[in-house]
Amino acid sequence: MRKTLLESLTHGSLTEPAPAPDEAALAELAAKVDRAAQARLGRSLAIREVDAGSCNGCELEIHALSNAFYDIERFGLRFVASPRHADVLLVTGPVTKNMRQALERTYNATPDPKWVVAVGGCAIDGGIFRGSYACVGGVSETIPVDLHIAGCPPSPTDLLKGLLALLEHVSGKR
Amino acid sequence: MGILDSIPHVNAVPSHRPWPRAVVTEAGWQAAIDRLVEGGLTLLGFWGEPTAVHMAMLDGGSAEIAVVTYACTAGTFPSVASRHPPALRLERTIHDLFGLVPAGADDLRPWLDHYVWGKSYPLSGRNASRDVQPYQFLPAEGEALHQVAVGPVHAGIIEPGHFRFTANGEHVVRLEQWLGYTHKGIESLMQGASLEAAAKLANRTSGDSAVAYAFAFARAAEAALDVEVPRRATYLRALMAELERLANHFGDIGAICNDASFALMHAQTGILRERTLRAADAAFGHRLMMDVVVPGGVARDIAPDGIPALRTLLAEIKKVFPRLIELYDNTASLQDRTVTTGIVKADYARQFGAGGYVGRASGRNFDARRTLAYAPYDQLSFEVPVLEAGDVNARVWIRIREVEQSVELIAQILDLMEPGEISSATPAGRGACEGLALTEAFRGDVLVWLRLDGELRVERCHLRDASWFQWPLLETAIEGNIIADFPLCNKSFNCSYSGADL
Repeated sequence: MRKTLLESLTHGSLTEPAPAPDEAALAELAAKVDRAAQARLGRSLAIREVDAGSCNGCELEIHALSNAFYDIERFGLRFVASPRHADVLLVTGPVTKNMRQALERTYNATPDPKWVVAVGGCAIDGGIFRGSYACVGGVSETIPVDLHIAGCPPSPTDLLKGLLALLEHVSGKR
Repeated sequence: MGILDSIPHVNAVPSHRPWPRAVVTEAGWQAAIDRLVEGGLTLLGFWGEPTAVHMAMLDGGSAEIAVVTYACTAGTFPSVASRHPPALRLERTIHDLFGLVPAGADDLRPWLDHYVWGKSYPLSGRNASRDVQPYQFLPAEGEALHQVAVGPVHAGIIEPGHFRFTANGEHVVRLEQWLGYTHKGIESLMQGASLEAAAKLANRTSGDSAVAYAFAFARAAEAALDVEVPRRATYLRALMAELERLANHFGDIGAICNDASFALMHAQTGILRERTLRAADAAFGHRLMMDVVVPGGVARDIAPDGIPALRTLLAEIKKVFPRLIELYDNTASLQDRTVTTGIVKADYARQFGAGGYVGRASGRNFDARRTLAYAPYDQLSFEVPVLEAGDVNARVWIRIREVEQSVELIAQILDLMEPGEISSATPAGRGACEGLALTEAFRGDVLVWLRLDGELRVERCHLRDASWFQWPLLETAIEGNIIADFPLCNKSFNCSYSGADL
């Protein structure tokens, strides 16, 4: 174990430079994020991930945000275990009818000010599951959405670009 | 002797490939259940249609498979689950989706149907309504017992499902799962879909097994259409399947250790997983390699710089992974958490036909790649690790050994692969036909059964994840363990929610 630990200290860092915030995301947020809410938070956001019926592909890439290459915590973004500790809900999936109530309850349990980021093609409009008897469709049909990140699944870099755009806005930098 | 020789049947369906499907009467249906109960055959799948039910069964000794079909003329069929418990959730699902009633069933509670779809029996093709009743968990009685309800929204970044623990102090007396939260109606979306659209749905049945599902779906369609796939395409498919296995096993080994608070391993395997996904992206243009395996072959060839990217990846794994194995093996505080925790009894693994590391860590020597030897695995040499202990530790070791095998397989494929065609045409106009295929995903065998019409549209498709037969064993594995060890046990199974909720 010592060898592995020492090597991690002496070798260079794997963490890559931050990507630029996504321009499209910035434009979407400009119209939505409440300036008054911006003042209340520092440059840090707690994220609660909610799988509303995804295929689990988006979860894999959201997980990757915490690995050494993307290291999401360096930006002040961190995943929390309860909606009551969260500023942001990161929602995936076509919102199955079996998950709709749980998603609504999670949203209601999240204190204001809060933001909702819909992740992946399914979360935008139901994606390839659209029209099924078992799916509601996009996340915005169930709870208000501030930002959409497209992709099937979006890559960790796409996710990071979107979340950095949100962070910039919330902290009132732009 | 073929499976159907011992099961009285009316007639065999001619256009079902590559294994036979036969229509049986009640006597044949009961004879098939007899064989499952005795243990001579293993239940591979159990699915419905508006007026029939099908069971796929495996003879592990001869590697033969057969499907039996019972026509539900009165809207009922003799219950399988009342005699063979592994069929229970599948039987409840058939009732939920098709409204067919298992006669003599002990448990007719809904499984996928949470009464919010706005209709009952969505695949039955008829308008019927069902009495809404609150979900009843099985009772557990005793003075000191209390219940802990967890989910559907969990604390981690994982899929939704409900776990109801009954505990005596710290010790779990019973765990009961209630799933179905991610039910998207995949099988209804399949109906009438083109091969291309259906393959996309198959890719997204369980995103972590996108390649395995696409592989199984493609092979089922090719079996139905009697199409041969070019050799190079089979190698490319296996390359992707083994990359997917590597990425998932790296993720799992780290996540299991992380649930025992050993973050160092998680960080290290996280790096290997990311390198694997980047190599996959360089080689096939998508990190999870979705939509590359298609009926007839593969949609695109490996990128020119893909092969060096894969060779670099293999070199990196060979350099780093042995040290991580040593780290796992020599960390007593970690072993203290994984050894003898969450034991799956060998009898249960055999009875449930548990696939993947869950079965192989409990002595069940089955791997679809070897037992069924589908192309190109019939041309490759590899070992299938099997252990007996059945605990979290054994499930970690199976993954470790499988990582080593996958590295060897990828190296072999890169050496053997020669230039050539990468797809065959899928001809229309051959009339209705049916196909069945199994592939080995990282967590176990995926079964796909489908029927195509004459215009290459899917008439009916059933996808069965390995998790169907693993989830119930997690309920048995946690008994007598402490609640705090549940995340560890759960992660060592890493069952799919989406794959089993459909």
